[in-house]
Amino acid sequence: MKRLWAWGALFLGLLYFVLPLVGMTEFSLKMRRGEYSFDAYAKVLGDPRFQETFSYSVVMALFTIAFGVLLVVPTAYWVRLKVPRARPWIEFVTLLPLVIPAIVIVFGYIRLYNTSSWLPLTGTATGTNVLLMFGYATLALPYMYRAVDTGLRTIDVGTLTEAAQSLGAGWGTILARIILPNVLVAVLSGAFLTFAIVIGEFTMAALLNRPAFGPYMQLLGANRAYEPAALAVISFSITWLCMGLIQIVSRLAPKPPSQPN
Amino acid sequence: MASETIRTAPAATLRSRLPVNWLGLLPFAAFATLFLILPTMKIVIGAFQTPDGSFTFANVANLNTPSIRAAYWISIRISVASALLGCAVGFAMSAAVVLGGLPRWIRGPLLTFSGVASNFAGVPLAFAFLATLGPVGLVTVFLRSQLGIDLRLLGFNLLSFWGLTITYLFFQIPLMILIITPALDGLKREWREAAEILGATGAQYWRMVALPILFPSLLGTFALLFANAFGAVATAIALTGSSLSIAPILLFAQIRGDVLGDPHLGYALAFGMIVITGIANGIYIWLRARSERWLK
Repeated sequence: MKRLWAWGALFLGLLYFVLPLVGMTEFSLKMRRGEYSFDAYAKVLGDPRFQETFSYSVVMALFTIAFGVLLVVPTAYWVRLKVPRARPWIEFVTLLPLVIPAIVIVFGYIRLYNTSSWLPLTGTATGTNVLLMFGYATLALPYMYRAVDTGLRTIDVGTLTEAAQSLGAGWGTILARIILPNVLVAVLSGAFLTFAIVIGEFTMAALLNRPAFGPYMQLLGANRAYEPAALAVISFSITWLCMGLIQIVSRLAPKPPSQPN
Repeated sequence: MASETIRTAPAATLRSRLPVNWLGLLPFAAFATLFLILPTMKIVIGAFQTPDGSFTFANVANLNTPSIRAAYWISIRISVASALLGCAVGFAMSAAVVLGGLPRWIRGPLLTFSGVASNFAGVPLAFAFLATLGPVGLVTVFLRSQLGIDLRLLGFNLLSFWGLTITYLFFQIPLMILIITPALDGLKREWREAAEILGATGAQYWRMVALPILFPSLLGTFALLFANAFGAVATAIALTGSSLSIAPILLFAQIRGDVLGDPHLGYALAFGMIVITGIANGIYIWLRARSERWLK
């Protein structure tokens, strides 16, 4: 009886999740009248605007990941090693982007860094790109910091640092050749999640007027019928790919010795 | 941790070395200040300023117009409805897998899928639902042609309160599953056995033992889901264009083109959103700390 009820709850829940996925896939194949075809995909992939905006977002994602790693790994390491008292504060700050809606943060950017301000980042395309990258880094901060901090917990930061120092390593060497390789799995998890977030992000890119993938999808959605469904399938696959890579990477990770099995 | 600090810095030099250690946090502090704290402060301060810079409550008071009140109200209603339903359905699915005696292998795929689906928000999610429940969507057409049920005649419209709520559930339910599954794992078998030995029925066990323990987690997750839905912009814009005036869409239009005709009213609108999501998250953090006492 209980098991029947459990299967029922799971089945109904899964039905809710499967239907939209089936719906968008089916719709994306219906562009040619009367038969299934990949026309919508061909149209989307062949659109120069798709190629431009998609590669723009990929490049932005890579820059965001690089910046995020450079910012978060040394900070999380330093907090664990030298100033554990600052940890609650740092954690609080890294959670703020979950509290303050992205639209409010970008509104602040526009007011703070406009052409008549002390740091006119939005005056040039490059400046706006940099600002958008910082915005993405802010959105990804909660996930990136949590991932790296969890990774650091499994290694003995103090001993590794002392060992490296007694062999004559400087801070740069310690971070790049001791700490980073040891938390690589955590960093990669954070990186894939960052990638998934940046690729589909709409609000910040739209309000900063950058030619990113998110605003392109929205524009296409307002004007076309079948192509948006194809975009949704592509975008869902990218999210799956990123999450799948996180799973694979963390399964390959060496288990910390303190944890049984 | 404390012993490590003392080992690297003997007690006498601890005080003099501390500032140098704190300097290591400078890059992070600079980033957080410039791109997180200052922009937010700018909005908060702007909400209480007149255009020439003097202090005023007028902006916040001016929010009290029928259209802005309606925008906040429908936002709050959508957020509450999608958070409540998300909690209920997510709880049922998670309980089915953890406590319902289903095969153990279901758990891993369900959690992985939840991780994906909770991140599948924004523009593509809106497209998926348009292709399913839109005027020519899969389910709409199926119901009309096979079962003779016309959703439109029943008053259902995807670009409405219920349409948005159903769409938001796609990322709300998985988030609930991700958060509540560890909490359900934390319910110890001994508690159930102890309750049964004392003669409790299943319903009594849930009412008097399990739910009180889970209550902080449930309420806390509700607050988190509420804030999650309240700040969502992209899904709503891609789904409705700007036909449904919820608070984030109104703010989006205001930033784009000053539709309210008063820049400082925009600040106040954004400030109102921070206050609402801030309260919701405050409740979440407070209750999570409380629930962790039981779920060690």
